[in-house]
Amino acid sequence: MANTMQFDLVSPERSLASLEASAVQLPGADGDMTAMPDHAPTITTLRPGILKVEAPEGASEYLVTGGFAQINGDSLSVLAEKAIPVAEVTRSHLDDLIAEARASHEAAKESDDQTIVDDAAKLLADMEALGTHMSL
Amino acid sequence: MPSLKDLKNRIESVKSTRKITKAMQMVAAAKLRRAQESAEASRPYAERFNAVMAGLAASVGGSDSAPKLLRGTGSDDVHLLVVMTAERGLCGGFNSNIAKLARVKAEELRGKGKTVKILTVGKKGRDALKRDFADLFVGHIDLSEVKRVGYTNAQDIAKDVLSRFDGAEFDVATIFYAKFVNVVTQIPTAQQVIPASFEDEAMGDDSDAVFDYEPSEEAILADLLPKGVATAIFSALLENGASEQGARMSAMDNATRNAGEMIDKLTIQFNRSRQAVITNELIEIISGAEAL
Repeated sequence: MANTMQFDLVSPERSLASLEASAVQLPGADGDMTAMPDHAPTITTLRPGILKVEAPEGASEYLVTGGFAQINGDSLSVLAEKAIPVAEVTRSHLDDLIAEARASHEAAKESDDQTIVDDAAKLLADMEALGTHMSL
Repeated sequence: MPSLKDLKNRIESVKSTRKITKAMQMVAAAKLRRAQESAEASRPYAERFNAVMAGLAASVGGSDSAPKLLRGTGSDDVHLLVVMTAERGLCGGFNSNIAKLARVKAEELRGKGKTVKILTVGKKGRDALKRDFADLFVGHIDLSEVKRVGYTNAQDIAKDVLSRFDGAEFDVATIFYAKFVNVVTQIPTAQQVIPASFEDEAMGDDSDAVFDYEPSEEAILADLLPKGVATAIFSALLENGASEQGARMSAMDNATRNAGEMIDKLTIQFNRSRQAVITNELIEIISGAEAL
């Protein structure tokens, strides 16, 4: 059994990481999950959160704002809408994201469709939780 | 026959034009490199995205529960043409080629009795289509303030398009842009984005693998389809950016060369007239001396 797998993190604007990883913790839409080599093939959407990569060379963390992940037995691709290495995230980044989420929440409130309102509220809550989590 | 002074002024003016076109060519070359880099950087995302979508679409696409964005609205009476061009001119046939393709398509659709709506991105396309289709315009997205096209720009355009789709304003959406091949070749392209179609060839060898979906297949598809529109628009914007700079670079290269030729021609003309003037003066002096 292989103990590493190919991990790729790409955003629409650039490719952020491409390396061999031993485990990757993903903020899945239905809850966090950790993908390790020989994981069953899965496609999951992501909620805003922290993505943790463990590689033989060391661990790294990324802030992702949604997207999806495709897990194969021997590779994992994360297609994030926006991804920033945690070390580079500043409070102002987060404030922007929260402001954006809040704006879409406000916009959603006008709509009659309850699910849209709930989705936006969840997004906002996720963003705010992220800030607490990173103790910024 | 222009006077010597006129010729001199002409030469000076062509020279400064050449300086400008030369500078524009060099700026375009630098920008082209950047545009190409960002187009290449975006490719992995688009490829993987399409691979996943192709798999998803193949498994869900046939059923009646498939989202409208994939299945279509069931008719194709109203077409939305999203014409993406540059904000600036002086780039050869770039803008007019895209506009021409859009115009042909619009005429063809109208000939078939369909309703056509046009959304323009970029000022030049709007100007080019205004004369024939001003009554079909439903909106315009201005990118002239944008220094560097980012994914958020694509998202904004996608949002605009999708809200129109949700409002049942159209059935089929097609984007027009120029695909970058190399500096001298840019191919105007029409690509249908709604209902979405994904090429099967994009699927890798792992397409046989049976995936677990979290949440459900349908939910993921519904979540990803709007992103697919944004991704397609983003790729198109980047291709367009590279094409625009490439077209401008070769157009300005031509212009610089033409200016050079013109300067040579004018210089010869200037020298000939100068000599003619001198000869004239000599003849006058000599004949004056003889008359004495």
